[in-house]
Amino acid sequence: MVIESLELMQFISILLLVFPFLGFLTIGLFQKQMNRNISGILASAFIFINLILSGILFWYVSSSNLTVETQLFDWIKFADISIPFALTVDRLAVLMLLIINGVGLLIHIYSIGYMKEDAGANRFFSYMNLFVFFMLILVLSSNYLMLFIGWEGVGLCSYLLIGFWYKDHANNDAAKKAFIMNRIGDLGFLLGIFILFITFKTLSISEIATKASLMPSGDLTLMAITISLFIGAMGKSAQIPLFTWLPDAMAGPTPVSALIHAATMVTAGIYLIARSNVLFVLSPVTLNIILVVGAVTAIIGGLIAIYQNDIKKILAYSTVSQLGFMFMALGLGSFSGAMLHLTTHAFFKALLFLAAGSVIHALSNEQDIRKMGGLRKKIPFTFALFIIGTIAISGIPPFAGFFSKEVILTAAYEHGMGMGILATFISLLTTIYMFRLIFVVFFKAESKEIKANHHVHESPKVMLYPMAVLAVLSIIAGFVQLPKLFSETQGFDNYLSPVFEKASELVPVSEHVLDVQTEWMIFSIPLLFIALLVFLSYKRFVNENEFIAPTGIQKVLSNKFYFDEIYDFLIVKPLGFISIFFRGILDQTIINGFVNAVGTATLFAGKKLRLLQTGNVGFYLILMVFSIIAILFFNIIL
Amino acid sequence: MENTIAQIQVIPLQYYILFCSALFSIGVIGVLAKRNALVIFMSVELMLNSANLLLTAFSAYRNDPAGQIFVFFIMVVAAAEVAIGLALLVVVYRSTKTIDINVLNRLKW
Amino acid sequence: MLTQYLFFFLSAVALISAVMVLLSKKPIHSVLYLTLTFFTLAGHYILLNAQFLAVVHIIVYAGAIMVLFLFTVMLLNLNIEGEFQKSTLMKFVAALAGGMIFLVLIGTLKSFDVSIVSNPEMTQIGLVKNLGKTLYSEYLMPFELSSILFLAAMVGAVMLGKKDKN
Repeated sequence: MVIESLELMQFISILLLVFPFLGFLTIGLFQKQMNRNISGILASAFIFINLILSGILFWYVSSSNLTVETQLFDWIKFADISIPFALTVDRLAVLMLLIINGVGLLIHIYSIGYMKEDAGANRFFSYMNLFVFFMLILVLSSNYLMLFIGWEGVGLCSYLLIGFWYKDHANNDAAKKAFIMNRIGDLGFLLGIFILFITFKTLSISEIATKASLMPSGDLTLMAITISLFIGAMGKSAQIPLFTWLPDAMAGPTPVSALIHAATMVTAGIYLIARSNVLFVLSPVTLNIILVVGAVTAIIGGLIAIYQNDIKKILAYSTVSQLGFMFMALGLGSFSGAMLHLTTHAFFKALLFLAAGSVIHALSNEQDIRKMGGLRKKIPFTFALFIIGTIAISGIPPFAGFFSKEVILTAAYEHGMGMGILATFISLLTTIYMFRLIFVVFFKAESKEIKANHHVHESPKVMLYPMAVLAVLSIIAGFVQLPKLFSETQGFDNYLSPVFEKASELVPVSEHVLDVQTEWMIFSIPLLFIALLVFLSYKRFVNENEFIAPTGIQKVLSNKFYFDEIYDFLIVKPLGFISIFFRGILDQTIINGFVNAVGTATLFAGKKLRLLQTGNVGFYLILMVFSIIAILFFNIIL
Repeated sequence: MENTIAQIQVIPLQYYILFCSALFSIGVIGVLAKRNALVIFMSVELMLNSANLLLTAFSAYRNDPAGQIFVFFIMVVAAAEVAIGLALLVVVYRSTKTIDINVLNRLKW
Repeated sequence: MLTQYLFFFLSAVALISAVMVLLSKKPIHSVLYLTLTFFTLAGHYILLNAQFLAVVHIIVYAGAIMVLFLFTVMLLNLNIEGEFQKSTLMKFVAALAGGMIFLVLIGTLKSFDVSIVSNPEMTQIGLVKNLGKTLYSEYLMPFELSSILFLAAMVGAVMLGKKDKN
């Protein structure tokens, strides 16, 4: 069964979009009538079909190294400007397809179990399918405008899903916060699109790449474009200063956090930059900015995570930190390193979130880790999965996280010793907060709430199996890219190299090729530190009086560096004042007053004109005569 | 024929215009300045007549009979109008015992 | 020459009697002065060789309409002297309006100059025969309609004149 035809591949790319949208429509329109299980199975089935189609595309694109371009229809067409609705499937896109559909499928299956008792489960599945649809548009689009449609669409679905339990106002506020912060980033994205259009007269990604490669490095227009696009990515991928929405977004159901805020939506920013690699490679200033922002975000995210007490918030700040790490990779020019870390992060972060959901489910919606402890005997499967995820994220070989972090660390050391040490420090932060989480939740002595709770039960199989699959992936996924120490073939790098070909041509290759000794150092020293940190955390966090009120610097960290408070003071309150001003003075007084004045004037005129109707014949006659005089007079004059 | 017209045109047309305008404005003053309904009717008749004369003058000067025929019809209408007007006057007199036009503002209520 | 003298004489008499219509104290005097005005106008018609119109004017106006007025005054006993006057302000305004009308009319009409004679082959259009010919050929329809007008006026006058049964 050798499928070779290009048209079939094009048809398949279109089908990829059709199925999730079909799922959204069917489940959405028949929400009230459908049985909860059926909707969950139907939604998962659509994603499963999508996964198979993605597999076919993957096989085709990988083996032939061709790009499948499908033009759906002309969308905007005037003068000599044409922006069609077109899909592009190349290796980068197909990688994202596998992640989205694969991890998405597993999370859908998990949600069947997680949302079983929820009355709005049908709505949930329709929104999830809609999200997959928009994410696919984002990934498959061949021009920036269509990408923006997908961008906005996933923002919308994020809003819908974060505020899923809409009866609680705090959830609505969190959803609004996410959407509005996204919007601020989108302003940057739109500016970037405008400048792109003015400069290149087209919005097609491949055409822009071709045209841009002729421009000199450090060109100011390109710098403006890339900075604007990066602002968009900052909003979507939760970098400083637009990251405070991500921890608040944990108000949504846990599968939402897993899918959207760990594996897919937040990676859209990184995908955008990876897609526009030619533009970014030609703007070294922007790359430096990305590097700095990524590093700062990673450090701050990690530091805050150490002091959080809510399971999901710890994982949320961990996501912020890991995204910062990915942006650092982009800033260092290691695009494939960023993509590799994106892939492995999708696996283990989704696993961690789903496992956290399992813990929450087991404890009947308890999320505060101070009320947990000693759970490793009570929910052993979840414990095992959680451990696998933690080991993966900490970068302990041979699990997946190690390999992806290794690529980024190598790139950092190639840039310079200082950057390398910083990057190592950041990945060690991960160890601290993740192992704190493990020790407090699973190893500590049971808290009194746990002792009183007799319903601590393991999750049902429908939730455990997807997690198991993710766990397996977290273990083996790293082997696609072994460090340079051990083998010359760089599997993942080679796989994505056609995508980044143009970019790598443009970069002046100033390889600090590291010698073997440095490479061994990079490999082993972090491992030593990891072991040390695990030991120290065990000693510290398994003690009793962990939860004394923090003081001094610890207080700043545990209050999230007061980011929310600063934003509230600087931005939200002034906006409130401006809004009150506009409403009270401009709208009510001036505009309303003007409209009312028109009415009052009419009434006044009517009152005065009424006096003309005297009923007196003589008066009327005089008026008539004077009117005739006036008419004749003006007739003579004019 | 030319003889007749030449006879007529001894008096320039402007004189007729002047004379008729004067009669007309006297009629207007009568309508506006008097409260006796009868006198007002008479002033209206005066205005009509001034128009008649002017029309006839134009018709004679231009040797066009249409003007004089129009005057004929104006007289028809004036006659009918006087008949009805005086009948109305009588009705009002019967109700109010006076022919002051200012009583007509009672029609407002 | 004679024509001119006649014209000025007739115009003067007409204007004076028109003014006297307004200035008379008793209504009956106003009626009589108006009749005098109509006679002078008939004289003007004859000057213009509009013979038919002159005769009709006397019959209709002086003979019928003025008689109607006289009947009304006498039957309703309206011959009361100086009964009601408008206020001085109103009289002043009326005079003003009249004066302005006069000026405006003069201004509108002064530039007319009739030098073109429209149909030179017709003779003596003021005579009954010729006028009748035009009336009954071109203007037959308005002529018939005027009879309907008179019918309506008659019916109206009778209706209005009837006393209420109560």
